[in-house]
Formats: sequence, structure tokens, C-alpha cells
Amino acid sequence: MISHLYKDTRSWNTLMAVVLGLGLLWTFLSRVPPATTTGGAPPPSPREGFSAPDFTLDLLGGGQVTLSQLRGKVVMVNLWASWCPPCRAEMPAIEKVYRTHKDLGLVVLGVNTTFQDTEAEAATFVREFGLTFPIPLDRTGATSNRYQLRGLPTTFFIDRQGVIRSVVIGGPMSEALIQSKVEDLLQQAP
Amino acid sequence: MFPFLRLGPFLLQLPGLALLAGVWLGSSLAEKEAARINVETPHVASLPAAIYNLIFYGLIAGIVGARLTYAARYLSAYLANPLSLFALTPNTLWPGAGLVIGIAVAALYGRRKGLPFRPTLDALAPALAAFMAALGVAHFLSGDAFGAPAYGPGSVALPWAIYLWDDYRHPTQIYETLAALAVLFITLKRPLAQPGEGLNFLLVVALSAAARVFLEAFRGDSVIWAGGFRAAQVIALFVLAASLWLMRVRAQPTTLSAVET
Repeated sequence: MISHLYKDTRSWNTLMAVVLGLGLLWTFLSRVPPATTTGGAPPPSPREGFSAPDFTLDLLGGGQVTLSQLRGKVVMVNLWASWCPPCRAEMPAIEKVYRTHKDLGLVVLGVNTTFQDTEAEAATFVREFGLTFPIPLDRTGATSNRYQLRGLPTTFFIDRQGVIRSVVIGGPMSEALIQSKVEDLLQQAP
Repeated sequence: MFPFLRLGPFLLQLPGLALLAGVWLGSSLAEKEAARINVETPHVASLPAAIYNLIFYGLIAGIVGARLTYAARYLSAYLANPLSLFALTPNTLWPGAGLVIGIAVAALYGRRKGLPFRPTLDALAPALAAFMAALGVAHFLSGDAFGAPAYGPGSVALPWAIYLWDDYRHPTQIYETLAALAVLFITLKRPLAQPGEGLNFLLVVALSAAARVFLEAFRGDSVIWAGGFRAAQVIALFVLAASLWLMRVRAQPTTLSAVET
């Protein structure tokens, strides 16, 4: 049928007009209503372009942290376990980037997946690598579940508005990778 | 969504594997199509082999280019850690720049080897359609290119909706895969002419653009332009118009010679 249409110029012109006309109409009809594009923060979900799901967790060594209270800062949430080799491999790079950028507004939350680790092992890990950023403890696995954790390590880079801008599944992340993701977000206006 | 497969300490990135499979399938189809076209190529011993090399060099140049341009954007980070250039991660690639560089290198290779322009495009037509299908599968595995929430009357989720990213959504990755497979099927039927005139390639572009115009309406991650228009739809509409017009020009020998001169 296509070849028949194609051989006849007039038929082809008609086909072009119909196809493009329908395309224009469909494009117009499927516009996104203004209300849905200016409606504030995107819904929470653990993927780029969505708001980071909120959590409140106890910290290793005492205290608590709530993600939503860090709004206005660039937050890097790294989920890890002490027995995970790539987690061990990338931790020095995370610590280094944290130290050089924390005064610019970077917060690192090294969420230990305690439900599949132990607090004692986590504490030994933190001492071994000299980690200075907060270590929230996911004892029940609820936060890992909320973030649809599928492999360790997994890292979420969250902008100052609380929106996830990048997700890195697996590792180890290089220092250049961490720095590039963090610097992009830090350059955004507070 | 199955973004990776754990093999011992390694995480195998399944979307990347799907894309590689698409390149492999596309290369095979392109070689077969080039053999069918069977045109004189004075500068190369065999058109199929040259087409395979063109895809290979374009792919390598695209990947290397995507990494180098990403590193150039964050020069200080990479100057401090030059070994990071070799990191096996897709997170430090600039895909847009890689695509442009890959196409440029493939074009340079084709020009240097004196590959005939239209037969080469026709040989690449099924490869392009196969790669689009693989891209749909990669999107399904990664959860990218996801759909808009899919609810019917009474706020009941549509029966074919999938639960992804905390909502029932149109399975746009499946839509785009099926559309690309349909385009591939049509392309392999060669409905317009014998391959070698550049028409099959234009047909793939036109059909893919038409599919994008239609399916973009169901996407939940569209880039929105002023007036609420979806950027991909508007661009695809222009591509569709251009490819249909070029096909019309190709159908008229007198007009074609005027354009060529």
C-alpha cells in the first residue's frame, strides 16, 4: 500500500498532509497543562527528577538525622555495608570530597544498611577509614526499601531543593565522578 | 525494572548489555543489507565489511568521545585524578556529545573509504531500527523514559499500567520497543523500492519520528517547552516532515537532479 501511495505524487502529498496534520493536532492535544508543570516539588521516588523520599534515622554515636531538614544543602546519600568490597574501595574518595566541599554546603549521609550488617562492624569501618560525616543506621531496612536498594553501594545526589539529580548504582565511584556530580549541584543557587 | 545483575562482586549493567546487543544485532543486519545492495565500491574490497567497520569505529569514537567531553567539563576533577578517565561506569559520559562525535567519525570513515552515500544509508536502515528496539529494552531495564500516570475513569489504574516510581504508569518502554520492532519489520519488507536509493533509511526515520510524535504523549519525563508543548514531539514532527519531504523529492527524478546539482 505504501509503495502504491509513493508512486503517485498526488497521493503522497495527501498522505503527507494528513500525517502532518494529525501529528500537529496530537501534539497540540497532548500538551502538558500548566498546572502540572508549576505545581511545586515533584512526588517522592528514588529516581532522578523526583523528590528524595524522606527518612529519619538514628546516627552512629548518637543523635538523629532527618533528610528533609537538610533542605537548602546539597546532600549525598550513600548506602553501604562494611562487608561490601566496592563500598570499602570508594569510601576514601567520598571522605576526601566531603572534606573539601563541606564548607560549600555539602552534606554526606553514609547510611549503613545495618539490617544486613552490625553496628559494631559499622563502627570499626568508620574508624578504619577515619570517616567524619554522619552515619545514619538503617536498622529495619525501611529506608533501603523506600530507596529500592538493589545493590551496594548505591548513591543518590540530591540538590538544594531536595530533588534527586543523579543515582549511581554500584561502585566503586572514582573521586572525579563524585566531585563532578557534587560540583554541579553546589553551583546552583541556594 | 532490572537495572543490573549481580555476579559475585560485580554488578552487570543490564541496560548497557541491551544496547550492546542492539549494536551487535544492528551490525549483523547492516552487513546482510549491504550484501543485498551489492553496489560497486571502487575504494573498498567489500561493502558489508566496510559498513561493519563504519559502525565499529563510530561506536568506539562515540564512547571515547562521550568520556573525554565529560572529563573536559570537569577538567579540574580529572586533572587531579587522571586514572578516572578509564573508570568502567556509564555515569561519567556525555551522551549527546558522544553521539555527535560517533556520527562525525563514522561519516569521516565513510568519506575516506569512498562509501556510496545512499546505499550506505540504506544498509544502515535496519541497524537503526534494531538499535531503537534495543534502546526501548534498555529503557525498560533501567526504568528510564518512563510513562505518565495511567488512570481511567474513577481513578482506576488502566489494566496494562505498570507500577514504577511509586505510581501506576503507561509502560512507555514497552510501547517504544513494540513500535521500533514494527518499524524494523516494515524496513525488512522494503516496501518502497529496492535498497540502495536511500529510501529505506528515510522510511525508518519517518516511521520512528511518527512513533515518537504519538508515544511521547504518554511519557512522564518529557522536557516541556513554552505552552506546555513536549520538546521531543515538536522535534519529531519536524523530522517527520523533513523525511517525508525528502522521500517525495527522491520520488521525482527531475526534481532530484535539480537538488543534486
